Amino acid sequence: MLYFIEQCLNGVQLGMLLFLLAAGLTLIFGIMDLVNLAHGSLYMLGAYFAATFAGLTDSFVLGAILALIATLVVGMAVEVIAMRRLYGRDHLDHVLGTFGLILFFNEMVRLIWGPAGMTLSLPMEMLQAVEVIPGVFYPLYRLVIIGATLLVALFLYILVMRTRIGMLIRAGASNREMVGALGINIKLLYTLVFGLGAALAGFAGLMQAPILTVQIGMGENILILAFVVIIIGGIGSIRGAFVAAVLVGLIDTIGRAFLPDLLRLFFSTNAASNAGPAISSMLIYLLMALVLVFRPEGLFPAARK
Amino acid sequence: MADALLRIEGLTKRFGGVVASDGIMLDVAPGELHAVIGPNGAGKTTLISQLTGQLPPDAGKIQFAGLDITTLPTHRRSALGLARSFQITSLFLDLSVLDNVALAVQAHAGHSFRFWRDARSETQLREPARAALKRAGLEMRADLAAASLSHGEHRQLEIAMALAGKPRMLLLDEPMAGLGPEESARMVELLRALKREHTILLVEHDMEAVFALADRITVLVYGRVIASGAPETIRKDAEVRRAYLGEQDAEAVHV
Amino acid sequence: MTAQINVRSVFIAALLTVLALLPVYAALTGNYFLMTLFTRILILAIAATSLNLILGYGGMVSFGHAVYLGIGGYAVGILAKEGITSGFVQWPVALVVSALAALVLGALSLRTRGVYFIMITLAFAQMFYYIAIGLDRYGGDDGLTIYKRSQFGDLINISNKTQFYYLCFALLLGTIYLVWRIVNSRFGMVIQGARSNDRRMHAIGFPTFRYKLICFVIAGTLCGLAGALLANHTDFISPALMHWTRSGDLIVMVVLGGMASLFGPMIGAVALLVLEETLPILIGAVAAPFVGENATQAAEYWQIVLGPLFLMVVLFARGGINGLLAGARRG
Repeated sequence: MLYFIEQCLNGVQLGMLLFLLAAGLTLIFGIMDLVNLAHGSLYMLGAYFAATFAGLTDSFVLGAILALIATLVVGMAVEVIAMRRLYGRDHLDHVLGTFGLILFFNEMVRLIWGPAGMTLSLPMEMLQAVEVIPGVFYPLYRLVIIGATLLVALFLYILVMRTRIGMLIRAGASNREMVGALGINIKLLYTLVFGLGAALAGFAGLMQAPILTVQIGMGENILILAFVVIIIGGIGSIRGAFVAAVLVGLIDTIGRAFLPDLLRLFFSTNAASNAGPAISSMLIYLLMALVLVFRPEGLFPAARK
Repeated sequence: MADALLRIEGLTKRFGGVVASDGIMLDVAPGELHAVIGPNGAGKTTLISQLTGQLPPDAGKIQFAGLDITTLPTHRRSALGLARSFQITSLFLDLSVLDNVALAVQAHAGHSFRFWRDARSETQLREPARAALKRAGLEMRADLAAASLSHGEHRQLEIAMALAGKPRMLLLDEPMAGLGPEESARMVELLRALKREHTILLVEHDMEAVFALADRITVLVYGRVIASGAPETIRKDAEVRRAYLGEQDAEAVHV
Repeated sequence: MTAQINVRSVFIAALLTVLALLPVYAALTGNYFLMTLFTRILILAIAATSLNLILGYGGMVSFGHAVYLGIGGYAVGILAKEGITSGFVQWPVALVVSALAALVLGALSLRTRGVYFIMITLAFAQMFYYIAIGLDRYGGDDGLTIYKRSQFGDLINISNKTQFYYLCFALLLGTIYLVWRIVNSRFGMVIQGARSNDRRMHAIGFPTFRYKLICFVIAGTLCGLAGALLANHTDFISPALMHWTRSGDLIVMVVLGGMASLFGPMIGAVALLVLEETLPILIGAVAAPFVGENATQAAEYWQIVLGPLFLMVVLFARGGINGLLAGARRG
């Protein structure tokens, strides 16, 4: 039972990470109609920046802030140099162009930071575990991740639903010409939105950096999981992304932790330990397939106005 | 009229609080050209969409050639011989003009799970397609890409595609929309030639064309049929004048 | 059509001639490196040609096509591991399993369109990738060596490099011929119509879903064949067969060569793989005068050039090489 609660928290934490990536992707897609495969590269950059700046400044917090700013800047630069030219084109063009960007970023990182991964150590006070409920200890840092992401989610909600910029974002999503006609600088808006998405991905990467090894290609598998989240949640919907991210995080984590044991109850130990990992890695995709059969538009399809 | 080809009974469609089709009754007899007119927002497009099966009605019945087609999907209605042309040009722009029409022929030539023979050399597809192009006055354009035609020619191609399936009835959705005076005149001539051999339901804004071509006219206002009858009757109908034509004389109006 | 001589057909004829004569060159010089490389190119060209059927002609942007390379490869590898080495069993199994997988994946993903379709095909391909990693008995993450290539009795000995090369060449030509027949048939017209304007296809009476699904299955099956070939070529299978970047590579081949052109994917496969082989050398040569000793190191980073090159193709050469060649006829 205690183990179960711990796994649930792990699932929520993975969900938070997926939400940060999926929210950026879905914003960029919803507003610019752009499929950005290189989103995972920005996640990777966030982690590398964090590891580097934290090393330079000897402060995790300072490093994190600098890393966030750096990914924001890189994101906006990428938008101005490359992405801008892809708006209004075929989705196939987006896929190919951003696929090329992934190769570029991976090699760039290898050139700058070398092929070996990096590690980022946390400050001492973050390393302890807290007793979340009697008998269950959980690493403080992972709780910090969950808390920080919830704050970001709230910030996004307020930004999109309550502010003037958010209004522009929503208007841009539904009526490009109108925003242009109102005299709003749509180019700048797009650059900002892309930068915001990049910063979200960078934030996910820098938060994750102390837990994982920072390495080349770290953004790619997680990106595909973020796609699964978007498909389940519904494209263009921040709320859908949030719910689906938590769902996917929980199912994936709990499935991996418990399914092999569950199978052992029904099949021979040998068969279960053989099939267990394969089947548990399928779970979220099966969920996606189910959603596709019953709700092809996702659980929370974005309202088209 | 017991043997109407198309019979619409009590067709109703609501969008939230707006009633787009309000118990529409309409009969189209075989061989007739029946025009549906009405001001903007009268529910003409909603009516067409329900007839083609793109929009399910909330209530009412659509009968075609004696069959209840109210719930049939689009492609089944098309297979029964109910062909439509689109108001907004919707063609296969990257295929050739002849390919466009040949696809329409092919749609009515059984299933298309034929993987080997070159479809572009099958005379049973190409000949009817050429014939339909000829009737629509486009035979000289057959081998061009559809994208390279003019707006008026796109409309003609729409008609050719509708003709290609040897339909029992044509649903023409504003074939004059966006045409210049010269192109309009050519389209009227084309429709005049077609009406001898086909049953046509024409939804149109162009009053001159409608009164020149129609055997009967149905007037739609706010989703409701307010009058139906021969052009002369409609022209004189007081309610039509009041609700739709305003103070002006019918012939003078171009909406 | 009259036999119009243009740059494109001359180029294709020349390329085919080179491909046909390559084993002769290898036999004369004793240099088998090129032939091994080109065997791989031919196999991936089959995969790319199959992708072109749905991507180029059908407008279905599948980002998971490498999954069938994996399924075809694993069918051969798993059967070989279990002691069944007859190609007459292995290959049909590879094709049938690929077809079934394509049927299920297609039925699910073709319910959606556009960007959904791209992401879903990518996600499902990733699922198969993870399944392969989970297959401990068959090597898991590390992959599985195939000790005996598919056996075809006296018919053909594919352990012989030259025979295997010509088999791949023949199968590539066969695949191209098949795709040519299909896209010009009634079925192919429906597929192209659906690419061009799916809504209109429904309006004129085509239920396009079932046609697209069958097309998806044909493409998957053909790619499964390429997978069976690839497993035999490398004598090895691993999850990397269906890594998502491999799906990306296949798309690049199709677009680079020229979408919806018969020989485009073959040209694209040759171009991409030759580029991958020569770019490091090229970069090394360019860098040598500046960085001297470090030139070989610089050459390692060739993907820094390749990535932006994809972007350039997207932005400036959408017709691919095929389009450039067709354009050269006028100039």
